[in-house]
Amino acid sequence: MLTSGIIVLSGGLLDPNPGLIFWTTVTFLIVLFILKKFTWGPMLSALEEREKGIQNSIDRAQTAKEEAEAVLNKNRQLLAQAGADADKIIREGKEYGDKLKAEITEKAHLEATRMIASAKDEIEQEKRRALTELRTEVADLAVKGAEKIIMANLDAEKQKNIVESMIQELSQNRN
Amino acid sequence: MKRFNAIRIGELVRIAVLVMPLLLGFGAPIYAAAEVHGEAGTHEAAAVHADEVHGEAGEHAEGGAGDVIMHHILDSNAMEFEPFGKFPLPKIVIGGFDLSITRHVVFMWLAALILLLVFGYVGNKYKSIKSNEAPGGVANAMEALVEFIRLDVAKSNIGEGYEKHMPYLLTVFVFILVLNLLGLIPYGASATGNINVTLTLAVFTFFITQVSAIKSNGIKGYLAHLTAGTHWALWIIMIPIEVIGLFTKPFALTIRLFANMTAGHIVILSLIFISFILKSYIVAVFVSVPFSIFIYMLEIFVSFLQAFIFTMLSALFIGLASAHEGHEAEGAH
Repeated sequence: MLTSGIIVLSGGLLDPNPGLIFWTTVTFLIVLFILKKFTWGPMLSALEEREKGIQNSIDRAQTAKEEAEAVLNKNRQLLAQAGADADKIIREGKEYGDKLKAEITEKAHLEATRMIASAKDEIEQEKRRALTELRTEVADLAVKGAEKIIMANLDAEKQKNIVESMIQELSQNRN
Repeated sequence: MKRFNAIRIGELVRIAVLVMPLLLGFGAPIYAAAEVHGEAGTHEAAAVHADEVHGEAGEHAEGGAGDVIMHHILDSNAMEFEPFGKFPLPKIVIGGFDLSITRHVVFMWLAALILLLVFGYVGNKYKSIKSNEAPGGVANAMEALVEFIRLDVAKSNIGEGYEKHMPYLLTVFVFILVLNLLGLIPYGASATGNINVTLTLAVFTFFITQVSAIKSNGIKGYLAHLTAGTHWALWIIMIPIEVIGLFTKPFALTIRLFANMTAGHIVILSLIFISFILKSYIVAVFVSVPFSIFIYMLEIFVSFLQAFIFTMLSALFIGLASAHEGHEAEGAH
């Protein structure tokens, strides 16, 4: 009748079977060696090769990326440098221009001052000469005028009266 | 439309009425008996002999369930294709050892043949393929499997030097897997459900483990590990414990695979036999068949799982023996 329990205990399921062990060993070893030689070897080496290839590709991509980044950085640096240079040049130009402007202005100023001073001097001289001239002229004119007036006002009667009166006065005073 | 529906419903009711008695198991003992015997030709014949068969057959079905199950699971000296016939296998005895070709040996050879065909083809593909070409079809499928064993089983458990264990791990995986799956086809048998087979495979793992332990630690380190680094006074306790520990691992491997495969088959067969024991078609339709289909699906999964676990644990034991134990022994000194 039943049951599996009795069968297990009586050695059905756990029955040692040297024949089966022998055949398992033989079969397994044969399969192992044949597969090892014909399948696992080529397969594993192919897998490894591919893995290496992929790793290489990744490495190369990484290197390329790094290079590109380096180039980009360099470009950026150059650009920044160029900008800085341009700034510097502009600043220097401006400074130079400013300096030049200041110099020119100063020079012009000095020149103007000098010119004004010399003009003033000249004017002064001219004025003085003119005044001298004027003075002589005026003196001549005055003398001429006076001469004319004197000539016009010279009256014998009157002169005689004046002289007489003066003599009279003088005589009175002596008295 | 309505009329058509009415006709259809009427027909369905009629069919249900006809089938109901069958389902409710009026004639069940006859059919059950007929099927258990596997030789009662037609229903008519069975019906004629119904009465005389009834008493004996019922008893036989109940009593025979365990025997049939055991017969199915155990090894035998014949290939059985039930209704078609039975082919005896040769009995070979050499030097007192029984080296007969049994059913499980035949299935092992069948598995070996399948493996050699499939993987021979795949290996050939790989020989002709260039490194920058992608494999296709079967080669690609097998590559996924190999890659899985290589990375997730071998590399992560053994670590450095895993390459030289790869052929063993791969072979043991596919060998066990095919043996497991062969048990699920009609007339098939799982050689992995036989403790002798699993024991042999576990012994391979055991030898590889010990050899790699000796190789990586040296004989001295290997023997030193057996003392677990304790004081010499404790050696009399420690050495037997460590030696037992060595044998526990392959023992666990043996029993795990064997018990899992055997249990799956016993569960499927038991579920089928429920309907014969209860003599009911209702049980057969609503319990036995759906449940055994479910367990069958589970068994497909378990076939993969157990092959994976055996490989995984083999890798783990090899890894422990070759690397970790070395450090432990060094640390203990």
